[in-house]
Amino acid sequence: MIWESWSDFFSMGGYGVYVWGSYFMTIVCIVGEIILIQKRHRTLHKHLGLIHESTEKEIKNETSS
Amino acid sequence: MAINWFKYSSPASFYSLAGKMVPIFFIAAVLLLVAGLYIGFFVAPTDFQQGEAYRIIFIHVPAAWMSMFLYLVMAFWAGIGLAFNTRLSSMVATAIAPTGAMFTFLALWTGSLWGKPMWGTWWVWDARLTSELILLFLYIGFMSLQAAIDDPRRADKAGAILALVGVINIPIIYFSVQWWNTLHQGASVSLTQSPTMATTMLWGMLIMALASWMYSIAMTLMRTRVIILERESHTAWVAELHKKEVAR
Repeated sequence: MIWESWSDFFSMGGYGVYVWGSYFMTIVCIVGEIILIQKRHRTLHKHLGLIHESTEKEIKNETSS
Repeated sequence: MAINWFKYSSPASFYSLAGKMVPIFFIAAVLLLVAGLYIGFFVAPTDFQQGEAYRIIFIHVPAAWMSMFLYLVMAFWAGIGLAFNTRLSSMVATAIAPTGAMFTFLALWTGSLWGKPMWGTWWVWDARLTSELILLFLYIGFMSLQAAIDDPRRADKAGAILALVGVINIPIIYFSVQWWNTLHQGASVSLTQSPTMATTMLWGMLIMALASWMYSIAMTLMRTRVIILERESHTAWVAELHKKEVAR
């Protein structure tokens, strides 16, 4: 085993700030990217819903008049 | 048996195919990431020169590889879209750009955090670092150019030209450590020579690189799906699909 304890693991031989700073930013970027894409997808479906409703209304108006 | 290879070049069929493929690549990415991190932190030994600081390599090198490779793939699809007027290829190119930019940023960020303890500086204007920064600007330029043009087909074409011209930067990044005297070290892994690092370190790095591949494919497919829906929102198949998703 390389690490003697958890604090040994987190200190990374004194380079903890640099090592964990790298991994932390990577996690932020990955999670951020996934959230942004999903948000874009959801917003789009809302938008499509509005288009859909307005065309349905138009069709109804045309058939009733 | 005749396979219709062009079937999936239609956005509508690609949309459903990509939807099935995203979870597969995503799960593969997660499994490889767990394996890679385990090797990186619990199997790979401490470096005799750099101590534990070298463990940044498991992100830094895969991110740098992906930043260059994704640019080539992006330029390839953009070029195909430009030459053959295929809509889907241009959409894929547009979908790759943000992920490529993210990996370029991470390569620079982790490089900076590695440079501080090892070189004593966050940043130097050496050829490797500068050309990688130019790569980030190329990605950002590609995205802003496309965002600035309203007509998607014209945006595709303008973006493709920018992407293709920018390809010249990739060999510059790759060979910068040989062509110029750089503070950045030369390649530890190359196709022609045996790697100059411990086997477990190398395996950790390669598995992390594979995880980045799977992740990039998953993200590109996810983003391509959104772009397809955005651009095809006026079509009957999207209206049909929307009705189904709402009913679910």
